[in-house]
Amino acid sequence: MSSRTNVSCLHEAKRVAIFGGTHGNEMSGITLVNMWKQNSAEIERNGLLIKPFISNPKAVKKCTRYIDTDLNRAFTPENLSAPDVEGLLYEVQRAKEINRMFGPKGSSDAYDVIFDLHNTTSNMGSTLILESSTDLFNLQMVHYIKKAMAPHTCSVLLNEHPQLKYSTTRSVAKHPIGLEVGPQPQGVLRSNVFESMRTILKHALDFIEFFNSGVEFPPCTVDVFRVQERMDYPRDTNGNITAMVHPHLQDCDWEPLNRGDPMFLTFDGRTILYEGANTVYPTFINEAAYYEKQQAFTTTCREILSANAIRKAFK
Amino acid sequence: EEPVVAMPTVSRVAVCGGTHGNELAGIYLVREMLKKRADGTEPVSVVTVMSNPRAAQLCVRYVETDLNRCFTRAALSAPVSETSPYEMIRSQELNALLGPKASAQAVDLLCDLHNTTANTGLCLITYSDRDWICLHICKHLQFPYMLDICYAKAYLCPTSVSISMEIGPQPHGVVRSVIFSAMQEGVQLMMDWICQFNSGTLFEGGWVDVYTMVKNIDYPRDSETHVITAAVHPNLQDRDFCLLHPGDPMFLCFSGETLRYRGKEALYPFFINEGAYYEKGVALSLARKRRVQIPSQHTLGLLDY
Repeated sequence: MSSRTNVSCLHEAKRVAIFGGTHGNEMSGITLVNMWKQNSAEIERNGLLIKPFISNPKAVKKCTRYIDTDLNRAFTPENLSAPDVEGLLYEVQRAKEINRMFGPKGSSDAYDVIFDLHNTTSNMGSTLILESSTDLFNLQMVHYIKKAMAPHTCSVLLNEHPQLKYSTTRSVAKHPIGLEVGPQPQGVLRSNVFESMRTILKHALDFIEFFNSGVEFPPCTVDVFRVQERMDYPRDTNGNITAMVHPHLQDCDWEPLNRGDPMFLTFDGRTILYEGANTVYPTFINEAAYYEKQQAFTTTCREILSANAIRKAFK
Repeated sequence: EEPVVAMPTVSRVAVCGGTHGNELAGIYLVREMLKKRADGTEPVSVVTVMSNPRAAQLCVRYVETDLNRCFTRAALSAPVSETSPYEMIRSQELNALLGPKASAQAVDLLCDLHNTTANTGLCLITYSDRDWICLHICKHLQFPYMLDICYAKAYLCPTSVSISMEIGPQPHGVVRSVIFSAMQEGVQLMMDWICQFNSGTLFEGGWVDVYTMVKNIDYPRDSETHVITAAVHPNLQDRDFCLLHPGDPMFLCFSGETLRYRGKEALYPFFINEGAYYEKGVALSLARKRRVQIPSQHTLGLLDY
């Protein structure tokens, strides 16, 4: 006698936001959101409220990552509860505003889904970023997107690391998803990167529409890369970098890095090898914005996450 | 018999990095060069300069205005005060440091190091197509992906002989080791040529393919908001110095429409999708290629004229 598998019944996802310009020089998201603010036909779906939104307009205007501080690190409990006083950093003010409009973070009034659109100078291709390994809705959505995008690869990065996890703009929503597409220089719009991001969002919105209409999604598994460790550049006593990402590692995001593999090349031509005991899968290799965050690349390990079947809960 | 041109030795050379503070290969190369103390045995005297230190510190192209547009005659002779834009003050400082009027320190050749987000490979930019030294250096560096461009603008070139060494693709704010190595090798080859030249070597004449800019092409823009409405077409992206024919795709509009090159003459595109040029209204530049004959050349010898 076969038993019915567990189906998780989840709330309808009625309110969805698409954030561009969390970093003011990451052009795909900025261009998409501005385009959809002017004409939203492409992103409209039955029964869904979809809000395209420029998260950091001052930074977008200057085509710079941020004005005072990185908005995508600003959604900490301290910042969100900071009193409204003069002299607050621009991005802290903005975080509070965004929390009011799309949150409050952690409450039942928060938006159901926020897609936060990013670009990277790293060769990560199309990447979906998750913050939780147990968010069934997100796991099923990511599975749907990956299948729909095939044979184009979508990698999934999971940042659930207790110390390395950070308070993202999208974390205001119940189901936050980061879209990271590269490689693309800051301030540049590449057609192929733009169109990839556009297509990912199309599939994501299709999924939400299907889910809301009552479609049941069977159990699935998702291959993910789980964040392990940040690796900085070698630096001198003044804090200046003394080596570059090695040519053998450059552009090899998601490929295995084994003990003894070249990792850095000093300016005077010496190779520094990776000494870690285990094979890791580096990502965010040579991201421009991470020089100041002391991050040459991030190591990940591969994992397979499982998700129950899901369907919309009946009222 | 072809004429042989005799020229004065190239006694003092300036290598400048960080004219744009986020073009990192030149910045790191200049930092490395500055670490090596001159011991007086170098065959050529080299002064190494960080052109825009404030912008380099902040890792931005410029602080107030583009330094590489502050070397016009008007900009260099304009009165400056404490309230003048930083780069206007700096260009006058650099001109005093490196220019021909500062007699004790005047340099004979200046090499300005740049990076671009465009897929240009290594290209050398000279400011005159009769600049035989620059063209001989171009010929000396001539490997498959190395090309020359002639510009007729007043960029950082206060000295009589100026070369910009532009290497791409590299995102701004990033140093790619392959790009750094190419720049290091390019500078080394240039110095090798200068040393050989100064010691009396005769360099055979020949020809050099030179690209001369014809025009810039802007992105298609919305007539009211001026916002761009298309991206460089995937068929054109990364195809710097590949001949663009009338009818070839140029832009892919967000609406899905393809816009094609409508010019009558096939031209060579370069600086395709350079990040810093969006604000200058340039999606790509187009150039004509021609072959320039260069004469055999050697130094006049130890006499400086």
